[in-house]
Amino acid sequence: MEDLIIIGAGPAGLTAGLYAARARLKTLMLEKLSPGGQVLMTDWVENYPGFPDGASGFELMDKMRRQAEKFGLDIKSQEVSRLDVLPEKQIIVTDNGNLESRAIILACGATPQRLGIEGESLLTGKGVSYCATCDGPFYREQEVAVIGGGDTALEEALFLTKFASKIYLVHRRDKLRATKLLQERAWSEEKIEIIWDSIPKRIVGEAGVEGIDLKNVKTGEESRLSVQGVFVFIGYRPNNELVKNLLELDERGFVVTNKYMETSEVGVFAAGDVRSKLLRQITTAVGDGATAAFAAEKYLENLK
Amino acid sequence: MADVLQVTDDTFEEEIIKADIPAMVDFWAEWCGPCKMVSPVVEELAKEYEGKIKIASMDVDGNRQTPGKFGIRNIPTLILFKGGEVAQTIVGAYPKSHLDEELKKLL
Repeated sequence: MEDLIIIGAGPAGLTAGLYAARARLKTLMLEKLSPGGQVLMTDWVENYPGFPDGASGFELMDKMRRQAEKFGLDIKSQEVSRLDVLPEKQIIVTDNGNLESRAIILACGATPQRLGIEGESLLTGKGVSYCATCDGPFYREQEVAVIGGGDTALEEALFLTKFASKIYLVHRRDKLRATKLLQERAWSEEKIEIIWDSIPKRIVGEAGVEGIDLKNVKTGEESRLSVQGVFVFIGYRPNNELVKNLLELDERGFVVTNKYMETSEVGVFAAGDVRSKLLRQITTAVGDGATAAFAAEKYLENLK
Repeated sequence: MADVLQVTDDTFEEEIIKADIPAMVDFWAEWCGPCKMVSPVVEELAKEYEGKIKIASMDVDGNRQTPGKFGIRNIPTLILFKGGEVAQTIVGAYPKSHLDEELKKLL
């Protein structure tokens, strides 16, 4: 039996893994893809302290992984299909059989939210994208729409200026939520035009995206914007499939914890984007991860 | 991606379309973070299916024709071929178990 199993190898999981490995807990990390998490979708990270010139998302996560492995963290590429919580023991069901652990840290993150409108699923892979750093270069000299008004939407819109000839930023309100610095950059970028008070109604096109139908929420007026790509950045939904019927969740489905990262089940901790919290950033994820590992260590000591 | 056969616009027809066994091509680029989550999985699968399914990858940055022909606008994209025809297209990063299931269908 393991002392601790960490599910997910993004910044929260890898930090928990680093602390757990240094605390000499018998720890195993399970990741369904390769380590890195959503940071890998980020071109350039500018708000992680210690990197005054910024760092690429890949470079930062590669360093976090190497740092945790250096202290002995064992990372396995395995998908968890079910969790069973028993008193003083958890059972983790994977494709390769069952694993047992005294404690668990859930660091399974979040996934970009879909719009849920007509044409979206059909045209995903054909012009609808949730990752500008992946797909931006396919839109050289084309016109695209970015949906959203937060940090990610603005960062991605700014990234797309390297390729696209025009970027329409479609936002449902009359002001942006994004960090002021990003707003200033967007204002001064002439390729970016903001379409205020508007929500997307449907994405149109057959072989590929040809346009997007918008509705002005103030006037009720509908219009069609002719674009070849639609990039969606309207927030995140938690990867809570494993714990939906197991743990207390908030109204949006994020896992509720106390300040020790303890969930509603004893011995089960949560860290990072999957957790109900104010700010989802790399900086807050690593803090969660450290706290969760420390709290798990204390929990395990009290079991003995 | 060192261990996986790299195909180009020039070699694609010969290596993939005319292959005598089914094939899978991982379309990727250096700039794409999620592609780097998929490539180690593709490498593992290439070893496991050696001789049964030809697994290759193509850098979309250096090769524009083939991705254009298949309408690729998101990466990572994996395309599975059987008898020179597209059997399945997988857009985005998926766990190994999912890719394994799709590959088994080609055999």
